[in-house]
Amino acid sequence: MFAYLIRRLWQMLPTLLGVVLLVFFLFKRFGADPVQMLVGLNATPQEIVQMRAQLGLDQPWWVQLGMFVHGIVTFDWGSSWATKEPVAHLLATRLPATLTVTLPILVLDTLVAIPIALGVAYLRGSLTDRAVMVATTVALSISFLVYVIVGQYVFGFQLGWFPVQGWSDSTLHNLATFAPLPVLLAVAVGVSPQTRLYRSFFLDELGQDYVRTARAKGLTEPAVLFRHVLRNALIPILTNVGLALPGILVGSFLIEVFFSIPGLGRETYLAVNRSDYPVIQAVTIYVAVLTMLVNLLTDLLYRAVDPRVVLR
Amino acid sequence: MSETGLGIPALAATGDGPRAAGVWRAAWRRFRHDRVGLACLGIVAIYAVMILLAAVGLAGRHWQDEVAQPDAPPAFVERVAEVVHPPAPASAASAPAPEIDIADIDPLAPRYAEWNARAARIHGEARPLAQTLPLGADHLGRDVLKKALKGTQVSVSVGVLAALVATLIGATLGAVGGFVGGWVGDFVEWVYNVLTSVPDILLFFAFAAVFGRGIPTLVLILGLTGWTGQYRQVRAEFIKHSRREYVRAAEAIGATAGARMFRHILPNVSHVILVRMSLLVVGFIKAEVILSYLGLGVAIDQVSWGTMLNEAQTELIVGHWWQLATATVFMAVFVTAFSLMADAWRDALDPKLRGERA
Repeated sequence: MFAYLIRRLWQMLPTLLGVVLLVFFLFKRFGADPVQMLVGLNATPQEIVQMRAQLGLDQPWWVQLGMFVHGIVTFDWGSSWATKEPVAHLLATRLPATLTVTLPILVLDTLVAIPIALGVAYLRGSLTDRAVMVATTVALSISFLVYVIVGQYVFGFQLGWFPVQGWSDSTLHNLATFAPLPVLLAVAVGVSPQTRLYRSFFLDELGQDYVRTARAKGLTEPAVLFRHVLRNALIPILTNVGLALPGILVGSFLIEVFFSIPGLGRETYLAVNRSDYPVIQAVTIYVAVLTMLVNLLTDLLYRAVDPRVVLR
Repeated sequence: MSETGLGIPALAATGDGPRAAGVWRAAWRRFRHDRVGLACLGIVAIYAVMILLAAVGLAGRHWQDEVAQPDAPPAFVERVAEVVHPPAPASAASAPAPEIDIADIDPLAPRYAEWNARAARIHGEARPLAQTLPLGADHLGRDVLKKALKGTQVSVSVGVLAALVATLIGATLGAVGGFVGGWVGDFVEWVYNVLTSVPDILLFFAFAAVFGRGIPTLVLILGLTGWTGQYRQVRAEFIKHSRREYVRAAEAIGATAGARMFRHILPNVSHVILVRMSLLVVGFIKAEVILSYLGLGVAIDQVSWGTMLNEAQTELIVGHWWQLATATVFMAVFVTAFSLMADAWRDALDPKLRGERA
């Protein structure tokens, strides 16, 4: 077990190196010149030279790469070029807003999708099953944008149930007033693919021999469904939720952009538009590390849920 | 379908005797009985014709012309609109103001005659602006129907082209990674791991910010970031097939590695690639809409479903819903039909898979 952990962590290093190189060269080689954006249009040549020296952009690329890697290893992300805010502080202050929206979304998505999926899987082939499947296909084919535009218009503007957008400093206030609309819309979009996926998981389990055995020995249908099928289907469902976890931490870029929620996703979007390298680099690498750690955690959870799984 | 690859077709292919029904023909036979799949194929075919017409300039050509009153409603809601705005705006604007003669104090007065003569030489054609259009007009008075036709062409071709790029990259790397293995396979795995540990949308943003906007870059961005799923699946299939007997047999009679990969294995996994590609088309169309909305997609002088939705957001607040509805319906019908068609294809091509994956 311990050896497994060490090996998995060791295997992350090359991937991490790749992410660092990707981020570095993508923005270094192709990104817009941040100096021009920072000094403005009326800058004198001296100012440009000064700014270049200040950002270390006058150094050869390998020195810059060295500085970049040094910053990563020492957890010194530097300051945002656009706002001068230290990146570490920026990440820490934007994360709560992201979590306020994304955690409820993940929980509700899963809790709503599981019963629907179990129900339609049980009624496989019936009219209900087919109706739900068609409904999810149609729901999936409408752009998320339309949900947001219509949702903001109907619930925020016409009915006035929620503010169209906004955010405050109090988490409770946010949860009660500003989060419900984005969460509602995101769940409306997210439930369809989840339901389809979980339905296929449940169908896999329902076709297994142990289900026939359970029925043959006279168990009630609820017992078969909830004690046997649901439990066994939890493994793929768990993986799926695990895969969604890193996304939870970055937040949904789109939701945050549309609803002006000051979270990590919106901050990254702004940073990309401003070529604010320190922020983009920090977010990308932080997300990559988290993704890898969560994948490891999911594998470990497998083991906890299914003793047959052998970690190699 | 892998069973059909176990020697019999190979014999049939070399002999002159009657051929066994090919994989594709058998699939088509199964597909023909899928009524939903056939109906969706019909809808997709209609879209294909529409896109072709738009591409050669027969449909949606002059979508940029301002042919109607700004925000002219669709023809079928005309009466409702008249009730809402009883005075026609044109009559209010043309009401003549009382004329006062100020020629003696007007410093420009001596030149009016010259200017009038010059103006008379220019023949502008005053086109009457339509009060209504079949599906209404946008805030500049452009025909929503034409925009939707042209936008369909742009959005769908971006999705299809990007899916082709992604499939080409993913399938090639997957074939090489799965069949050759070794350090080449490890290297490709490494690239895959790197790309998948960065969230897709962050990659989109980063690539889009770096490469600018326009249809070719959009196709490139989506293709470059979206090939990983295709790669994963093709690689697994190639690993599985490379150990199968028919591939060993081909090796024994001296087929080169390239021939084994592309002549023997590829036809046997092409259905997997095709199904995955159709999923990519749907995903990329949705991504294009979002990216165009955020201003990272198609160029400003182009129209796509995403730019239509972008404009529709401000229009909706003043109650002009037709552009939003048109873009949504055009997109939803196509994506639904395409997804259902892809499902039917998958079922027809691989009966063993039926109902497995959602």
